[in-house]
Amino acid sequence: MEISRHWRLRKQRYALEGEVCPHCGAKLFPPRDVCPHCGLEAKQTYTFVGTGTVVSWTTARQAPEAFAEQAPYVVALIQLDEGPKLTAQLTDLGDTEPYPGMPVEMVTRKLRSDREERGLILYGYKFRPVLERALAE
Amino acid sequence: MTELLRPERPVGIVGYGAYIPRYRLPAREIARIWTEGKGGLPIREKAVPGPDEDTVTIATEAARNALARAQIDPADLRAVWVGSESHPYAVKPTGTIVAEALGATPYTQAGDWEFACKAGTEAMVAAFGLVGSRMADYALAIGADTAQGRPGDALEYTAAAGGAAFVVGPAENSLAVLEATLSFVTDTPDFWRRAHQHYPEHGVRFTGEPAYFHHIGNAARAFLEATGTTAADYAYAVFHQPNAKFPQRIAKSLGFTEEQTEVGLLSPVIGNTYSGAAIVGLTAILDVAQPGDRILVVSFGSGAGSDAMAFTVTEAILERRPLAPATQDYIRRRTEIDYATYTRWRGKLVLK
Repeated sequence: MEISRHWRLRKQRYALEGEVCPHCGAKLFPPRDVCPHCGLEAKQTYTFVGTGTVVSWTTARQAPEAFAEQAPYVVALIQLDEGPKLTAQLTDLGDTEPYPGMPVEMVTRKLRSDREERGLILYGYKFRPVLERALAE
Repeated sequence: MTELLRPERPVGIVGYGAYIPRYRLPAREIARIWTEGKGGLPIREKAVPGPDEDTVTIATEAARNALARAQIDPADLRAVWVGSESHPYAVKPTGTIVAEALGATPYTQAGDWEFACKAGTEAMVAAFGLVGSRMADYALAIGADTAQGRPGDALEYTAAAGGAAFVVGPAENSLAVLEATLSFVTDTPDFWRRAHQHYPEHGVRFTGEPAYFHHIGNAARAFLEATGTTAADYAYAVFHQPNAKFPQRIAKSLGFTEEQTEVGLLSPVIGNTYSGAAIVGLTAILDVAQPGDRILVVSFGSGAGSDAMAFTVTEAILERRPLAPATQDYIRRRTEIDYATYTRWRGKLVLK
C-alpha cells in the first residue's frame, strides 16, 4: 500500500510536471527544488511538452510481477527536447523497432494496477513514436 | 412550447479532439474463430486498445487535442465530464483523473456520465447548459469507451475503443456555434449490463426498430421540424454508428445523401466506439468542414434515447484545425492484431 506516494507523484506522472530554475532557466525533471546546474532554489513548476528522442532502450521480458500483464515491453532512456533525460516505457510501437534518435512524444497510460484488480490503477507517462500527421501544425 | 433546448447565451465548440487506438482487429479474424469465416461481416475492422489503454487514457488524449485547439488555460475549465460505459472504476470518478492529467484541477466539476452509447452527447448537452446559463465560461465534455462484447457474440465484431472531447465555450470564441439540441428518451430495454457482469446482454433484433431506429429517427425528425430545416440545409450529418448499415439506413430515410454522411461514417474502419461513436464522426467532419457549413449530429444510447444537435462552423476553424492531429491521422496509424493477441490484451484469458 503506497497510496500517499502515488498521490504525491500524480502531477509529474500524469503530465510531466517538473520545475524550471528562475535563475538559470534550466528545466528540471523530476522536480527537485534545487537546480543541479546553478545550485540555487528552483521551485517554480513547469509542465513539459514531452517531445524528445530515444537515446537507448532495452526490452523487458522477465518483468517484475506488477508489470507482467504488459510484458514484453520496452524501457528507454529519453532525451527530452526541453533538456532533461528520463527513463520511461515506450508504447504503441506496433511493428516499429526503436532506434537511436527516434522521435517520441509523451502519452499518459496505465502503468500497472496496485494489488492486482482490487487496488488503485496507476497512470503515468510513457512515450510513443510521434504520430504522423497529414496536416502539419 | 418547443422541445428544443437552447441556451440563454449563445455557445459552441471552442476546441475538439479525438483519439483512436493504434491496433485493429479485422472482422474476418473474429469470423475465422467463431463461424469458420462464414457469414456477413458488419464492418471491416475495429479499433482495439493496447494493454495500457482504458477510458481514462483515451479521454485524456482526446481532451489534450481539444485543449490544443481551444487554446485556453485548462484551469479555466469549470467542468471535466466523461461519458462512458467502461469507466475503469466502479467507484472513483474518471473525471478527476482526467482533470488532474489536464491541469484542470482543483476548481472544476469532474463527474462521470452514463447512458450506454450516448453518454458523450449527454455530457455535451450539460456543458452547453452550464456555459449557456453563464454559470461557467468553459466546460469540457468527453465521450470515450473501451467496449467489450461477449466472445462469439454479434457485438464482438463491432465493440471498439476510441473517444472524442469538446471544449464548450461562448459562441464568439467558437469554431462551431451550437444552434440547438433536442433529446428523445424512453425506457426501452434493448441492451444492458448488470453490475459485476463482464459482458452486456442485448435484445438481438429488438435493438433495431424499437430501439435504434425509433429513437434516432424521432429525435432527428423532431429536431428538423422544430428548427424548420431539412436534410438539404446541412453540409454534413453524423449518426450513432453501431455498425455500417444502421446509420446509412437512417440517413437515407431522413433524406441525407452519401456525400453528406461519408466523412463522419467511421464505423466500417474503427468499429462502434460507443460513447465516442457519433462524436468521433463529428471530429472527422470538423477536420474538413468550411466556415458556414451546418452539421447535424444525432447520437443513440441503448436504454434508450437520442440527442440531436446542430452546429454552424465559423472562420475560427481554419486556424485552430491544424493545432492537433486529425481524426484520420489516428485511423491511418494502424497495426493489425490477431484474435489471440486481442484476447490477451482484453483480459479474456483466465490466468489464475
